[in-house]
Amino acid sequence: MTVAVVRFGGSNCDRDAARALSHLDIEVDIVWHEDGLPADVDGVVLPGGFSYGDYLRAGAMAARSPIVDEVRSVAADGVPVLGVCNGAQIGSESGLTPGAFTTNDSARFRCEHVHLRVERADTPWTAAYERGDVIRLPIAHGEGRFELDDDRLTRLETEDRVLFRYCDETGEPTPAANPNGSKHNVAGVLGERETVAVLMPHPERATLPDLGHTDGAGVLRGFEAATS
Amino acid sequence: MTAYTAVVTVRLKTGVLDPEAETTQRALERLDFAVEDLRRADRFELDLDAESADAAAERADAMAERLLANPTIHDYEVEVRER
Repeated sequence: MTVAVVRFGGSNCDRDAARALSHLDIEVDIVWHEDGLPADVDGVVLPGGFSYGDYLRAGAMAARSPIVDEVRSVAADGVPVLGVCNGAQIGSESGLTPGAFTTNDSARFRCEHVHLRVERADTPWTAAYERGDVIRLPIAHGEGRFELDDDRLTRLETEDRVLFRYCDETGEPTPAANPNGSKHNVAGVLGERETVAVLMPHPERATLPDLGHTDGAGVLRGFEAATS
Repeated sequence: MTAYTAVVTVRLKTGVLDPEAETTQRALERLDFAVEDLRRADRFELDLDAESADAAAERADAMAERLLANPTIHDYEVEVRER
């Protein structure tokens, strides 16, 4: 299987994602967005960065580029798609996943480690964890506050489509553990199919043992889990 | 065909937090201005040719819907004038 990491002008976590996936023995191809997806693509990463300089809104331009139509189409066929950070913003701007990721409540860029509670373990992205597990991943974003109106957020929660919430070390989703003011501490959500997921924290930066911790590897292994 | 300018104003929906507006208000207060509240909006001016003002508004509306606004967090309005 080959996972395509889509590189836009301004992507900067494309190589990190490729390296982390290779480390897990998942074959990976970095694909320039203008070249389109390979015909036999088995998975897609929308990586972090600042595509199109965050013009208009973070992810807004990339979300309307032709390759995202292709991503939408393969996602509908069940090909796993993971959006990380700017990729999460692209995912929500393109309608692949619900909600919006917008300016942090502090109006500041936050670059630190956070704790996340695994809300579901029965998805490919979280098959390596147990429900309620607390994992530690880095964040690095200025626009990561999850916004959705109350009615739709309730529906999203009823449909069990919240994948991760910001929490403290013990797993409590407290306001103090919420780095950006996200509603209900939401850090990652599922699309209409559970093979499509986005999250603001960076699993690819917590996969290589040399970087000190590997809590994110399980998320990337979702590509194997989704296609096995 | 007539030449129009369509003005699209995009603002956050009521109730959606605007940290940039809050920061701007605080900066004004630091400059000793008294401000009760501050709201911020993006304004786009689109020059276009159309059969009628309605047709121009319809096109600007479609542009706001597809790109200029994010319907999850934004409301927008369109005004059209001849140019």
